[in-house]
Amino acid sequence: MRNIASLMFTGGLVFLLLVIGAQLAFGHPGMQVGAEYLRVAGPELGAANIVTAILAGYRGFDTLGELSILFAAATAASLVLGHRRSDARRDPTGGLILRAGVELLFPLLVVVGVFVVLHGHLTPGGGFQGGVVLAAAFFLVMLVDPARGLDHALIGWIEGLAGAAYILIGIWALVETGEFLAPMLGTGTMGNILSAGTLPLLSVSIGLKVGSELAGLMANLSDAEARDQ
Amino acid sequence: MLTWIALLVVVLMLVSAVAVLVLGNFVAAVAASSVVGLGLSVLFVMLQAPDVALTEAAVGAGLSGVILALALRRLGLWHLDEGDRGVAHPLVPTAKAVSKETDSHA
Repeated sequence: MRNIASLMFTGGLVFLLLVIGAQLAFGHPGMQVGAEYLRVAGPELGAANIVTAILAGYRGFDTLGELSILFAAATAASLVLGHRRSDARRDPTGGLILRAGVELLFPLLVVVGVFVVLHGHLTPGGGFQGGVVLAAAFFLVMLVDPARGLDHALIGWIEGLAGAAYILIGIWALVETGEFLAPMLGTGTMGNILSAGTLPLLSVSIGLKVGSELAGLMANLSDAEARDQ
Repeated sequence: MLTWIALLVVVLMLVSAVAVLVLGNFVAAVAASSVVGLGLSVLFVMLQAPDVALTEAAVGAGLSGVILALALRRLGLWHLDEGDRGVAHPLVPTAKAVSKETDSHA
């Protein structure tokens, strides 16, 4: 009986989705805001990557909300799962293949992460993606040597300062121009690394915040004791 | 040509999404869920959205798999043996159920 009920529920849901999907003009956006961004964003902000121009320039406040959601989620996951008894045994260190692979990958990942963060306004990517790559690089090191761990105080300081920097840039813009997180410092020459005003600064602060937050979350989770078999 | 590649990727994603449900091993299920994210990031590249593809590859294929794996380890479910998902599964009989069946036949 319960199976039939859930089957009918799923069938009804699929039917509704199909009806809605049939009504949509797929590939013909009704809203004009995308075309307007494409026209205006380049000359206005000087950022070659329009996605970052929208995320950090026009929708900077949404990005701040995203950062706070990620912070809440990472904190909650660390609180629930990241518990450790003082007498719990550590995982053994990684073997030869893992160690050699990480020694090869770690510098590569750090370079890619820093590149993606610093070139957020020029090439695809930005603070968020670069931060995740950086966190993955540091997690690999933790995987090789679980006993070493990360300096949680340092990570907390980096995370807090980066988040504060994002808000301080926003307040600075509020004082200067009257709009929170409005892009400033001019546009520069499009395509240069020092262009697009405050967008690279925002990108770097997002990258540091996301990277240290996720690295801290993974350090907490991998530091927690595994349940005894 | 591009359509066929997209079709291949979609089929791969569907197969691995079903595999997440069907596989008897949690570790393999986590790996299969990462394959779904990887296929999705390839689709995003083909739709000319490299930013979204980067995010999907880093978060959907990499980070979420790592966090799922760490949560499994924390809960004591991280085994590499075959078919030890530990719960009765509607589609696949667990190793314990199968061995019980053969015991009763013998």
